[in-house]
Amino acid sequence: MTTDTSLVTRSHEENWLPIIELAVEEVFEMMVGCRVKVAAQSENKPNEEFTAMVGLAGALCGILAVCCDAKTAGEIAKRMLGDTADSQEQVADALGEICNMIAGNFKNKLSGSGDRCMLSVPTVISGGEYSFHSLADGTCLETVLLFEGAPIAVRLQLES
Amino acid sequence: MDKITALIVDDSSVMRKIVERSLRQAGIELEKVVEASNGAEALTALQSNVVDLILCDINMPVMDGLEFVRQAAKLEKAKGIPIVMITTEGSESHVVQALTAGARGYIRKPFTPDQVKEHVLPVLGKKQ
Amino acid sequence: MCCGKTMTPVTAFAKPSRGQNWLPLLERATQEVFEIMLGCQVTRAEPSEPKVPGGFTAIVGLAGALCGVVTVCCGAKTAGQIAKAMLGDTADSAGQAVDALGEMCNMIAGNFKNKLTGTDERCMLSVPSVISGGEYRFHSLAQGNSMETVVLFEDAPVSIRLQLQN
Repeated sequence: MTTDTSLVTRSHEENWLPIIELAVEEVFEMMVGCRVKVAAQSENKPNEEFTAMVGLAGALCGILAVCCDAKTAGEIAKRMLGDTADSQEQVADALGEICNMIAGNFKNKLSGSGDRCMLSVPTVISGGEYSFHSLADGTCLETVLLFEGAPIAVRLQLES
Repeated sequence: MDKITALIVDDSSVMRKIVERSLRQAGIELEKVVEASNGAEALTALQSNVVDLILCDINMPVMDGLEFVRQAAKLEKAKGIPIVMITTEGSESHVVQALTAGARGYIRKPFTPDQVKEHVLPVLGKKQ
Repeated sequence: MCCGKTMTPVTAFAKPSRGQNWLPLLERATQEVFEIMLGCQVTRAEPSEPKVPGGFTAIVGLAGALCGVVTVCCGAKTAGQIAKAMLGDTADSAGQAVDALGEMCNMIAGNFKNKLTGTDERCMLSVPSVISGGEYRFHSLAQGNSMETVVLFEDAPVSIRLQLQN
């Protein structure tokens, strides 16, 4: 008798959305000092003027990305660093660190595969006009959370 | 509580600021903050600064946190200075490696000021 | 790196900088991928060649023994030509250009890490991503060595950069 393990794996990953959301909530609460909440389905997605991403490799292979508009990215940086956060580079650094911590926090919550998964260095894209494409062809999990009313999208895209 | 000098070792300037802020929010009064962006810089800093506490990341260029802890253990000037790791690396093997190397505590990012207080005050010999 | 506080320079405690001799490996890894996958020899160009604004940037993360990011950057037209060279004349969509450039980046990163003794099994690649657009800035949080090679593909520059965290 054989078991179709592929279905088990897929549904296993699909259960990760609450873990991602919890990972995001914890990072914002502890490091930015504010609560974020999961947005309703009908809420708008953010205008993606800043995208921070970190690669996952090993037992999990994929990308975790955090996207928001420029004003929100600036607010996050100010909350983390105080009023000295006034350069584009510091805003990018702050958002990159948030993405890094969300990815690390998420993988630490996974029993088993989290330990065998490593993170690459974060990168941040910013600008007025760009599209972001991942070549991951597996599960894609996305959640939108509200930071002081502004949407932040967090996306985990996994290789199949 | 006496004011202390803290050495904060992290390659990210953002994280160094956050760690400093968390120490203050934890009620730890800072006389001075010395910063280093990697383990090698931190070892040099120890030669010329009297430091009461070291908070150190693991993943850094030039010299990582684990190697820094091992090297600091050989330095006369670093003897007795508690080192607490603050890092995204959450695996048990990293914790074991750090503590075996000589770190006195381990805080995973993200962290709250309360967690900083919980891990730092005991190694400073202060009551919570 | 940070002003306003006491910062100290690196002294003899530092290990010799990693990656100092890796530029030739990156160049060779790039040339081999172009030759094997696209059937063409690319020539090295000076990094000062004017870069096409916007365009396509493919990114692959390195994690483990090596932590960093490899990027491949070129103009939109060049990305399309790379896709055609890889997939044949039927490659005519932006989506295919994205896929092709992402795969090139993946292969260059993989070929490069395979050339490093001892790191192969202990360094893994994340999945590639590609940014495309008219106006964007790319910022890596890598603090270690950074190296770049620029090659000419059909007379247009393609920049390949390795940025290391450790």
